[in-house]
Amino acid sequence: MQNNIIHRLQGQDLSCVRDDRILFEALNFELSAGQVLLLEGENGSGKTSLLRILCGFREPDAGLVLWGGNAINDSQYYDDMAYVGHLDGVKKELTVLENLKVSLALGQTGHYSIPQALAKVLLANFDDALVQSLSAGQKRRLSLARLLITKNTLWILDEPFTSLDKQGISLIESLMTEHCKAGGMIILTSHHDIALPNVDVQRILLS
Amino acid sequence: MSLFYAFLAIIKRDLLLAVRRRTEIANPLLFFILVITLFPLGIGAQPHLLQAIAPGIIWVSALLAAMLSLDSLFRSDFDDGSLEQILLSPYPTSMLVLAKIIAHWLVTGLPLLIVAPLLAVFLGMPTQSLGVLLLTLLLGTPVLSLIGAIGVALTVGLRRGGMILSLLVLPLYVPVLIFAGNAVEMAGSGLPVDAQINILISMLCLSLVLAPWPTAAALKMSVN
Repeated sequence: MQNNIIHRLQGQDLSCVRDDRILFEALNFELSAGQVLLLEGENGSGKTSLLRILCGFREPDAGLVLWGGNAINDSQYYDDMAYVGHLDGVKKELTVLENLKVSLALGQTGHYSIPQALAKVLLANFDDALVQSLSAGQKRRLSLARLLITKNTLWILDEPFTSLDKQGISLIESLMTEHCKAGGMIILTSHHDIALPNVDVQRILLS
Repeated sequence: MSLFYAFLAIIKRDLLLAVRRRTEIANPLLFFILVITLFPLGIGAQPHLLQAIAPGIIWVSALLAAMLSLDSLFRSDFDDGSLEQILLSPYPTSMLVLAKIIAHWLVTGLPLLIVAPLLAVFLGMPTQSLGVLLLTLLLGTPVLSLIGAIGVALTVGLRRGGMILSLLVLPLYVPVLIFAGNAVEMAGSGLPVDAQINILISMLCLSLVLAPWPTAAALKMSVN
């Protein structure tokens, strides 16, 4: 399932300045296979900014993000990562299936087929439903299904539990545990307490 | 999965979205038809004058219709986060952006081509220039979409980018308007138009090759 390259994400001396306000500086971390990095902090403490830097949307004001020792703007990184942000990234005029087919075309085929992934996130009978008819929690589960159908090692999740019910939260937690067991890694922000038994969770508190 | 497959998937997705939304196709087309049909009413019973300015009317309307449709190119993708997903794809963003531009042209540019001959006849344009009109539209409207894409990519992150967008792209549209309008006019008087057509072809090739890169770069800046 996993290729033999040892994946490792490193942040070296990262800092981010927004509107003359230092959100964080000299931030160092290292994440290797099977680990979870949980970013904590108040609203506006720079959690999302850090995630966007890790996605390559923003340049860090100082420091480097390295993937397997190489800078992330080398395209191998985008082969290996997937991001679910505040926005679901799904088209509301398309059906669930059509959305996932586009996501699949934009990435590499992953461990699960589309029907398997939909069953995993409890959307099995929604293939032909238009996304605009789904509830907020269902949309969120759909955008998380994207993680399952494409090949990726690193998941970057911005508040993945937003608008999910208890069942949805425990579902995503079990998917995350499974992903880590298979050698994947996850970076996430969350206001909820996450329960990930037997998983190595690192915490960074931004303030 | 390959780049080609991703390319086709984007085109297919955008065409499907256009069919589901409908207004995206209808708006520029309706605008084009309305403006052109209003001209004879405004000018009055002067068929010769109308005939003389017909190429200009059609091309200016096509240009404005293209500009009107530009904002829809990246707006909804930007708003719902699909754009982020496109940028994070391992495939080159410039190619995926090119797929979006092609789909956009098929939705907003191609319909203009289909109704243009009808409107040209309506304005009393000589029949020998109809072919040249179609050819200039076929070569020129994709250039409008390609150049416009750069402008939209730069302004999609701004809340009120409409005015800046017009100021950005309109000057770049002028050469297309000049050569295309001139070609149709010359064809009407039976003169050769090879030079203008060649220039339009080179504009199309140039923008096809050069426009996707700055568009991709500008989109990366806009999602920041």
